[in-house]
Amino acid sequence: MRTELCWPEFEVLRDPVRCVNCKVCVRECANEVHRWDEKTGRVTADESKCVNCQRCVATCPTRALAIAPTRNRLREGAGWQPGLLRQIYRQAETGGVLLSSMGSPAPLPSYWDRLLINASQVTNPSIDPLREPMETRTFLGRRDAPLCRDENGRLVPQKVPGLELETPILFAAMSYGAISYNAHAALAKAAKRLGTFYNTGEGGLHEDFYAYGENTIVQVASGRFGVHPRYLNAGAAVEIKIGQGAKPGIGGHLPGKKITADVARTRMIPPGSDAISPAPHHDIYSIEDLRQLVDSLKEATGGTRPIIVKVAAVHNIAAIASGIARSGADIIAIDGFSGGTGAAPVRIRDNVGIPIELALAAVDQRLRDEQIRGRVSLVVSGSIRSSADVVKAIALGADAVSIGTAALVAMGCHLCRSCHRGLCNWGIASQRPDLVARLDIDQAADRLYNLVTAWTHEIQEMMGGMGINSIDALRGNRLMLRGIGLSETELRVLGVQHAGE
Amino acid sequence: MQIQAPGRTGPQLNQLMEQTGEGRACLQDVCGQRYLAAGRAGFSLDIYGTPGNALGAWLDGCTIRVHGNAQDAVGDTMNSGSIRIEGMAGDAVGYAMRGGEIFVRDSAGYRCGVHMKASDRTQPLLVIGGTAGSFLGEYLAGGSILVLGIGAENRVPVGNFCGRGMYGGRIILRTRHLPPDLSSRLTVRTPRPEETGQLRQWVGRYCRMFELPPLEVQPEDFQIIEPDSANPCQRLYAGI
Repeated sequence: MRTELCWPEFEVLRDPVRCVNCKVCVRECANEVHRWDEKTGRVTADESKCVNCQRCVATCPTRALAIAPTRNRLREGAGWQPGLLRQIYRQAETGGVLLSSMGSPAPLPSYWDRLLINASQVTNPSIDPLREPMETRTFLGRRDAPLCRDENGRLVPQKVPGLELETPILFAAMSYGAISYNAHAALAKAAKRLGTFYNTGEGGLHEDFYAYGENTIVQVASGRFGVHPRYLNAGAAVEIKIGQGAKPGIGGHLPGKKITADVARTRMIPPGSDAISPAPHHDIYSIEDLRQLVDSLKEATGGTRPIIVKVAAVHNIAAIASGIARSGADIIAIDGFSGGTGAAPVRIRDNVGIPIELALAAVDQRLRDEQIRGRVSLVVSGSIRSSADVVKAIALGADAVSIGTAALVAMGCHLCRSCHRGLCNWGIASQRPDLVARLDIDQAADRLYNLVTAWTHEIQEMMGGMGINSIDALRGNRLMLRGIGLSETELRVLGVQHAGE
Repeated sequence: MQIQAPGRTGPQLNQLMEQTGEGRACLQDVCGQRYLAAGRAGFSLDIYGTPGNALGAWLDGCTIRVHGNAQDAVGDTMNSGSIRIEGMAGDAVGYAMRGGEIFVRDSAGYRCGVHMKASDRTQPLLVIGGTAGSFLGEYLAGGSILVLGIGAENRVPVGNFCGRGMYGGRIILRTRHLPPDLSSRLTVRTPRPEETGQLRQWVGRYCRMFELPPLEVQPEDFQIIEPDSANPCQRLYAGI
């Protein structure tokens, strides 16, 4: 007799009156939860395989299905929650490092939710964005180029590499391999329509997407997958990825089973072999070395592309950002503790790094104190869930934000945190052709476009409410924020006053 | 065309080379200029003196000959082309190179050939005539690293941690002294007959290129180090 220590986490609730045994759920579930039972002539379920991705619920034509947390309860104990026991059983069984996906579900405080936005009353009247111009256009890149004049004293325009965005929202770096061809295609199309950028992540650039180069940020990470001069010059900017919020300090592994022929061609590696991005860049051991990589990328791109350096938010982020700003990078991207990922060791994801709100406030303040804030733009990511988060991030000092999880959710992701299995029923985080085909590129691109357009309207509404008509006037404007229920230390780090003050 | 390097930066020299339009250039008195030929394709370059870091980084098809020593990060992420160094090279030679070849006549520093990889169309080759420092071929994913160990016949020709974390490609050492700290995930064997033919060709080219006396290639003098799996992460994780 086999004893299964790990119990199913979910229950499949099938309403027998509504279910017509049409077998759609059997076809839609790549995890093989739903099965057709020949003997009884009915659809049945193996709940142990369920990840609660909600695909069956969404596709059931008679709304006969619901997924619920299991009623099965372990004996209560505050320190030893059932999830922990499950993880120990799993590790005792396999000896493996626990692996999961997407952002941390750990119940750490969200500082966005503890910050409140100001609005004008009586004096400095608010502005109605439906009637008056409201500028959300954003420029990323260094802003401290010295003024040059010709012999007649006329200004000579300086060409500084930079990015121009219609709205201060970019799509975060997600590689082809981690997400599907169709998901990449949708991001590229939406970025073009929105006048913003998507990011290749460390997966190379598929031949079909060179056409979207003007709206593409190409990434160079430690594995250097798919990196060659044409790739570097295909995008509007080059991003050096040092770290990522979901897994600071470690590299990335794309398992061989996700390296299909097309992914392999794009990454320029053999199909089926793992793709390992080592934790460090082996040519970067100091800020001077980083400067060398920045300069060598500038040299390989003729100095025409801004260079972004992406790091995870960690304890000494302010000093790190100061170093990066001095390395010649044009843009610093900081990814916070809650950032998503296609796969990360659970212990790292849930325990390493700091919230982006605190990192952003600390970095902006440090760069101002050192009078080098104008040398770089700041792009933050890792838990930007709504337009209000965007407004708060910009008021805390960001120039723009990147959204990864929110973009995936817009395309249909239900955050089941199982990307690492490669069986995404929504066709987003899978390479299996039948699953990828489920994601309609044009529909997904429309949904991304709608999301960012809606957020932009909301940002304009909030700016208008504050009596601000340009995103530039909101940037670093911490007087527009108040903290609620925060300690003195938290308020000091965030650089905001408490509500009522 | 002859270009005098003193007083010019690497990027300025690159521009001058491109402006010649001749497809070939000769740099004189180079002293530490960085990023020479970085990201460039399609010309032939002779360098006299000592080029600085990141020589031929992102290289995509040039032929570079250094009549002297080179510094760090030669051929970083190079895609194709050929670099030969008539002397020593610093650290991180051929980091992440995917295609083309680098020949170093003498010894090279730490972290050479880290994360070199092959693609369906390219197989990179790094040949080091003397010895190599620690971390040689760490994370190696494809291609070949050949260390001839000339002048170090009686000792291990590489430093510590050779081939750690490698999951593709091969490191070939001309030695009878294996590194004592080789990972248990690596296998070691002598060349098969068809590989010996390939080795004779590479060694022959090396000797002719640097005008050295021919070196005899006996299979028992060479050790081929390979990984035992192309999927090292499979064993590491337990999904939840």
